[in-house]
Amino acid sequence: MQSLSNIESKRRPLFFRKLVDRCVRIFSIFSITLAIGGMLWILWTVISHGIKVIDWGFLTHPSKPYGIPDAGIANALIGTIFITLGSAIISVPPAIAAGIYLAEFAKHSKTGNFLRFCANVMMGMPSIIVGLFVYIILVVPLGTFSGLAGSIALSIIMFPVVMRTTEDMLGMVSYTLRESALALGMTRARTTLCIVCRSAKNGLITGILLALARVSGETAPLLFTALFSDSWPTGYFSHPTANMPVLITEYSTNSPFESMHAAGWGAALIITALVLIINICTRIIFKEKHGK
Amino acid sequence: MANKIIARNLNFFYGKTQALFENNIEIEENKITAIIGPSGCGKSTHLRIYNRIFELYRDQKADGELIIDGENVLSKDVDVLELRRKVGMIFQKPTPFPMSVFDNVAYPMKLHFKLTKSEIADRVEKALRGASLWDEVKDKLKTSGLALSGGQQQRLCIARAIAAQPEIILMDEPTSAIDPVATLKIEELLLHLKKDYTIVIVTHNMQQASRISDYTGFFYKGRILEFDVTNNIFTNPKNKKTEEYITGRFG
Amino acid sequence: MFATDKIFRLACFICASIIGLLMLGFFIQLICSSLIAWEEFGISFLWSSEWDPVDEKFGALPSILGTLITTTIALIIALPLSFVSALYLVDLPAVIGKILSQALDLLAAIPSVIYGMWGLFILVPIMQLHVQPFLVDTLGLAKLPFIGRFIGEYYNGFGFVTAGIILALMILPYICAIMRDIFKMTPPMLRESAFGVGCTRWETAWNIVIRYGIRGLLGGIFIGLGRALGETMAVLFVIGNMTELPLALFDSGTTIAATLANNFAEADGIQRGVLFALGLILLMMSFGIQVFAQWYLHATSANRGEER
Repeated sequence: MQSLSNIESKRRPLFFRKLVDRCVRIFSIFSITLAIGGMLWILWTVISHGIKVIDWGFLTHPSKPYGIPDAGIANALIGTIFITLGSAIISVPPAIAAGIYLAEFAKHSKTGNFLRFCANVMMGMPSIIVGLFVYIILVVPLGTFSGLAGSIALSIIMFPVVMRTTEDMLGMVSYTLRESALALGMTRARTTLCIVCRSAKNGLITGILLALARVSGETAPLLFTALFSDSWPTGYFSHPTANMPVLITEYSTNSPFESMHAAGWGAALIITALVLIINICTRIIFKEKHGK
Repeated sequence: MANKIIARNLNFFYGKTQALFENNIEIEENKITAIIGPSGCGKSTHLRIYNRIFELYRDQKADGELIIDGENVLSKDVDVLELRRKVGMIFQKPTPFPMSVFDNVAYPMKLHFKLTKSEIADRVEKALRGASLWDEVKDKLKTSGLALSGGQQQRLCIARAIAAQPEIILMDEPTSAIDPVATLKIEELLLHLKKDYTIVIVTHNMQQASRISDYTGFFYKGRILEFDVTNNIFTNPKNKKTEEYITGRFG
Repeated sequence: MFATDKIFRLACFICASIIGLLMLGFFIQLICSSLIAWEEFGISFLWSSEWDPVDEKFGALPSILGTLITTTIALIIALPLSFVSALYLVDLPAVIGKILSQALDLLAAIPSVIYGMWGLFILVPIMQLHVQPFLVDTLGLAKLPFIGRFIGEYYNGFGFVTAGIILALMILPYICAIMRDIFKMTPPMLRESAFGVGCTRWETAWNIVIRYGIRGLLGGIFIGLGRALGETMAVLFVIGNMTELPLALFDSGTTIAATLANNFAEADGIQRGVLFALGLILLMMSFGIQVFAQWYLHATSANRGEER
């Protein structure tokens, strides 16, 4: 054991190794507190500023230029709902079909892999580019900004998200279920739509709702498509349409007036609350269903 | 001969479920001690107390005394890093680190000792020779440890354990994921290694226990039913359960 | 095969191919619309720093540099924070870890315009009144030889650093979630064997787990990078919007996305073409990053497949 005693003298002191470990541990507690604390700070700011201006009139009157009394955000709220639901109507059916294609017909095929790759890349596309794209293909030819163009921009953002979620959810359905349905003599189409999609229903709904929540707060693409207006969103198909995110942007960056900033905070509170409520509710409901 | 490891009244808990009951065992220095028993009887759990690796999991707890070289290593004062250096461990599956063969062996040395480059190179060679792997890998020290065959990977893990200058080596079914030829090689290696190290091996394979071990303990439902010289256990078991197990009536 | 099945399959295929066509369409449209700018300024558009709407002289360099600077600042802040947060999340007792993970997911769900607004009304004043005076005047960082020049003597709360901080806060939950998944994927036996040779938790993570999950980690970093690169609103509010060559970190500046959002409404003719050209550059950058990210993430999932 000559070598042992020889090497004993060259021990690395444990103290420093443990010190580093401690420091990293403290740093990680610090950084997670920072992240969560940052979130709480943002939420608190939005709530404390926003709650002051929210009353019945704020929620029921349309927005008006500065100085005119009885201004609200009702038109923007309804406009956002129109635009978001419109984008869901446009993108969800084909996106689910596309997800079915990936999950049922193209699990390992080259085309499948390529389209899956495209979807992943598209999920990471900057949303402002989507806005540019829709501006070129829709706003320029039609000669006008419109809520519909906004819906289409958001639907392009939603499409790959819903597509991949559908694929993942269908992938979790067991093969035996599929086989037993096919064994009963059902067509592949019926099996997929009636059996597989039905058993993956919860997952699909969660995915769609989360995607909706995400796009409802998207701003950049709407700047080039839906734009903004102070009127009610009756011109959804042919005129600029009011919506919450652009209202927030306009009021907080392009206006020097305190009361406009306040209205911006009110709108921020409502959109944040909407997004977070959809998020929390879908998570809770889906988890309960999953647990059973 | 001195007793290297003495366990007194060891109990072990997974959360609220007790997995080990009043384990008492004395393990002799420079011998191979085998631990056998049906699956789920707590053999691995028992072994995992020796280097306190169970502490990685929040809900696992051990109480009682585990004395290594006269010191109760379950006490709070014992440094767990130092304990794990002194007590090496080999797992069911080979677990080479995702780095080169050389670095796999050099890593624990660099961790615990301040050595010059040439000292490290010398010791890596020595450890690899010790694990009778040197001749097979001396030309591919730079390749990834994951590129070796299963048996080679396991011997690499043994070399890695040796590199930390341990006194005890724990083996948790080290050959269960390895083909028979490679298994024989590892068994031969163990017989060599016991000159320098105290080895405790958990095994599922009774032939293996009888081939290589000096002492054997039989575990059943978290208790040590019998502990004796290997020969006695296999030829003349005193406990009825031991007899049933080694004659293959259950397990 | 039934006829309905054939139709069904075809319909699904058509829907799926939309995504490929869209991706192609993005490139074609942006290239066509920006041709006018490329013809006018040529490839030197990329490194020209002029931006003069009156004279109709445009260059992309200020925007490109601004994008790179804010993204780099964001990554420098967010990377270490999310790495150690993810480490800690994995180690926590399951219940608390889950709650914190969910909270991080919610952080990721807050619309970016809210981050921007918070940045404008809360962070900018703090930077202007407290952080920047402290760094520049009290510590005298701007007077340091060489380095000082890059920090900048003048400040107004807006600028690259503020934008970088907001971006960091935005991408942190994304990177953190991916890293957390990578750490969870590490086989327990590998971790145990690292601890078994006497590693501390940090040594296990830094020397072993990182190597094991390096590709997944890189993929996660690239995804965060892509987000920071293309983010518009959070940056637009706090960057200061000066289309000038950035000289110092506390300067106001612009990014590609911010330039687009700011100038698009008033632009026409050649300037519009210039904006599309900028859009094309951003598209190329984020496409490249996404391709890398997918490649790395794909490789990890393939590895996992083999080991099972």
